[in-house]
Amino acid sequence: MNREWPLWEVFVRAKNGLAHRHVGSVHAADSRMAIEAARDTYTRRMEGISLWVVPSSAITASDPGESDALFAPAADKVYRHPTFYSIPEHIKNI
Amino acid sequence: MQPLAEYALRLGDDSLVLGQRLSEWCGHAPMLEIDLALANIGLDLVGQATHFLGLAGALEGEGRDADALAFGRDVLDFRNVLLVEQPNGDFAQTIARQFLFSNWQELLLRELARSRDDTIAAVSAKAVKEVAYHARFANEWMVRLGDGTEESRSRVVAGLEWIWRFADELFAVDETTEALIADGIAVDARSLRPEWDARIARTLAEAKLETPKPRRAVTGGRAGHHSEHLGHLLSEMQFLPRAYPGAVW
Repeated sequence: MNREWPLWEVFVRAKNGLAHRHVGSVHAADSRMAIEAARDTYTRRMEGISLWVVPSSAITASDPGESDALFAPAADKVYRHPTFYSIPEHIKNI
Repeated sequence: MQPLAEYALRLGDDSLVLGQRLSEWCGHAPMLEIDLALANIGLDLVGQATHFLGLAGALEGEGRDADALAFGRDVLDFRNVLLVEQPNGDFAQTIARQFLFSNWQELLLRELARSRDDTIAAVSAKAVKEVAYHARFANEWMVRLGDGTEESRSRVVAGLEWIWRFADELFAVDETTEALIADGIAVDARSLRPEWDARIARTLAEAKLETPKPRRAVTGGRAGHHSEHLGHLLSEMQFLPRAYPGAVW
C-alpha cells in the first residue's frame, strides 16, 4: 500500500486581474487539506489572494519523446511573432 | 500587578506556551506539510504573545518588555491555562488540544476585538483572523482522524479524553476578571461556553466521535499552580536568554 498522500499541484493568483500561476506542489489526503498546505507553504508572505489545487494525477503532460514533432516546427516561423509591425511612438504597451 | 496587566499576561501566556509547544513539532511532524502548518500556527501564537506581553509589561511599569516577561519569569509566575502546557503526545493529542483551544480562542478574540481597551481590541482584531484558520485546521483534522481509520480514531479518542479535563478552566472567571468585565475591557468567558459547546459538538458529530463525559475539572493555571510539564517547557524555552543574557544575532 502506498502510504504517501497524493500530490497536488498548486496555483496562486497574486492579485486580481492576473492569472493563477503554477508555484509548486504539496502532499495532502484531500482537497481541503491541499488548500491549507498550499496556504501554509506558498502564501505566508502575502504572495497571493487566491489558490487552486489540482491533483497531479489529473495533469496530462506532453511526451518529451515527441518534442520535435510538437515544438520544432515553430522554430523557423518567426513571422508568427508580431515583430514586423511598426509601433507608434506614444503606444507604451501592446 | 493591576488587573488589566494581569489579564494581558494571561492572554499572552496562553499564546506563548501553546506556541512553544507547537514549535516542538518542528522537524518531527508526520509530513513536511504538517510540519509547516504546526510551525505556522505556533508562530502566529508567539506573535500574539509578543503583543499581549508587551502590553502587560508597559502597564506594569517596571521596565519589563515582552522578552523579559517571556524569558525572565519562573514557572510560578506564569498565568496560562493548564490546557496549553499539556504535552504534545502524538499528533492526534496535539490536534485535540488545538481543537479545544482554537475554538475557544476564536470566540474570545472575536469579543475582545470590541474591548474598551484600545490595545487589546486592536491585537484581538488582528489575531482573530489567524485563529479562525487555526480552528478550521483543527476542526478538519478532528474529522479526518475521527472518521478515518481504526487507529486514527482510537488515537484521537484517547487524545480528547486526556485533554477534556482541562477545558473548564478556559471558561473560569475570578476577581481579577470580574472588575474588567464590568468595565467592558475583559470578556466574561462563561458567556462563550454555549457557542463553544455547540461548535465542539458539531465537529465531533461530523467526526463520528462522542463528546467526552463531564469529569472533574483540573484548574489552577491562572493562579500559577501549574503541572510539572510547564517547568520542562520553560527550561528549554528560556535556556538561551538565561545562559547568555542579552545575546543577539
